[in-house]
Amino acid sequence: MPDELEFEKPILELENRIAEIRAAEGEAASRDAIGKLEERLRRLQQKVYGSLTAWQRAQLARHPKRPHALDLFRLLLTDFVELHGDRVFGDDMAIVGGLAGFEGEPVVVVGHQKGRDTRENIARNFGMPHPEGYRKALRLMQLAEKFGKPVITFIDTPGAYPGLGAEERGQAEAIARNLREMAGLRTPIISVVTGEGGSGGALAIGVANRVLMLEHAIYSVISPEGCAAILWGDASKAPEAARLMRTTAPDLQRLGIIDGVVPEPVGGAHRNWEEAAGNLRTALREHLRQLRPRSPGELVQDRYEKFRRIGVFDEPA
Amino acid sequence: MAWFWKKKEGEERPTKVQIAEGLWVKCDSCKEIVYRAEVDRAGRVCPRCRYPFRISARERIASLVDEGSFEERDARLTARDPLEFKDTKKYTDRVKAAKKATGLEEAVLSGTARIGGHPLVLAAFEFGFMGGSMASVVGEKLTRAIELAIQKRIPLVIVSASGGARMQEGILSLMQMAKTAAALHRLAEERLPYISLLTDPTTGGVTASFAMLGDVIMAEPRALIGFAGPRVIAETIRQPLPEGFQRSEFLLQHGQLDLVVERRELRETLRRVLAFFAGPPSQPAP
Repeated sequence: MPDELEFEKPILELENRIAEIRAAEGEAASRDAIGKLEERLRRLQQKVYGSLTAWQRAQLARHPKRPHALDLFRLLLTDFVELHGDRVFGDDMAIVGGLAGFEGEPVVVVGHQKGRDTRENIARNFGMPHPEGYRKALRLMQLAEKFGKPVITFIDTPGAYPGLGAEERGQAEAIARNLREMAGLRTPIISVVTGEGGSGGALAIGVANRVLMLEHAIYSVISPEGCAAILWGDASKAPEAARLMRTTAPDLQRLGIIDGVVPEPVGGAHRNWEEAAGNLRTALREHLRQLRPRSPGELVQDRYEKFRRIGVFDEPA
Repeated sequence: MAWFWKKKEGEERPTKVQIAEGLWVKCDSCKEIVYRAEVDRAGRVCPRCRYPFRISARERIASLVDEGSFEERDARLTARDPLEFKDTKKYTDRVKAAKKATGLEEAVLSGTARIGGHPLVLAAFEFGFMGGSMASVVGEKLTRAIELAIQKRIPLVIVSASGGARMQEGILSLMQMAKTAAALHRLAEERLPYISLLTDPTTGGVTASFAMLGDVIMAEPRALIGFAGPRVIAETIRQPLPEGFQRSEFLLQHGQLDLVVERRELRETLRRVLAFFAGPPSQPAP
């Protein structure tokens, strides 16, 4: 995937032109010309980013320069100690996690981890976990419960890996167990969809008291490509599938699935990691503050009711 | 012909395996033409290759429970169209067609019943209804079934046959996985038994939620059971899949199932398992 997205090209071109004029003529000499161009840039940004389609958001959510879990850990947390392995089979590098401090409070963090380049992506399996990744995540979350620490999870995966070893070692069981055990975890859980929320492989670390989404993140029952392949036998109709499935953060908020949308910098989180992390910090602080006074029993009850309500149906008398 | 295989008046045959009206049928697995009466006598199992044909939810329930003991619950729950989903067809039209083809309101039937005299809450999937897919109604009916088991303090049995979460309700379908799994956490806390019976096929979001969470997980022979479908896996890894991959026997070998049970043995096996759970505890549960 190219770093420049098609719909962003006019914006990036304008930005380059402004930078060129600045470099060639100096700030003072070109203030007038730059001012006009910057005004045009603002209007263009408003137009493009104010009316993103579901597919454009999917592209931002998958942007190769988007901050991943370990980047967000570094920007948001102190004293991070990564813990590895499921104590059964192996260490799945598509899921990372460990102990950390968030604003002076100990927390356990878990997240899907995509790679930044081909080599890392192979090691991280493009953020698609095997069962041992989910079992590692559960082990860490249960560690948090045992010692009364909150859990924060960052969701960013195309989905659980569909492979031979994954099936042999119980991919479905690993996901299912996480759903059930997270439902009963006697400690606060906050999940944030930071990029791609791909199906059961995303939900497996997403049964939380609060589920948040970054503004351009997506969350869906199946990838837009997978949906298009099933509906029309043609994965290239993914943009249409993304629209039909209502995969965007505003859609999910309207459907009552998520508890908040975390704003991203203009153009997406990849344009300014610090600003994106800053907004996320504010949201996490607020939600942790609300959950902290609750008893373990209340937290489990709250989580149960949150998911129990979800569903739209008729029941004629 | 055993009473529980008799076709009831007006009851539709399952849509997947269309058994021709006649003396002979073609097996879905070995493709042999076999004598129909022989298939029926064996509980709709191929006499040549022992493949258990897919059967409807009503046939399934009739084959398992004490005669006349099934009382359906939540029968009126029916789908809406929260996403206003329309691909080549409207979602509402697909639901309508499925209702007509199966004579059911949704992809799962649930209620109370008895097996060998033991009371239980039973839910059975109808694969003929949009591939047994799970969306809001299926998730709600299963959750209510679990809550009913808690209320009545009786065991739960779910018979799965499903392609997974239903795309047409998008994220709402995905969330039914969390909803049912959360309800099963409560059932487990109450120390009430849950027996999961997997039949052909059980895949996707159904496998990755309630289906793999049984205290006892059993499957019919040769059933396709997995998270990802075999085609997706083959396309991902770009190599042919091993013989028997993702079939019941493969899962048993890999430690994912408690047991594989022939169809004609299912009722008796369930009775024994239920008798175990109904027996007096040697000491009170902690």
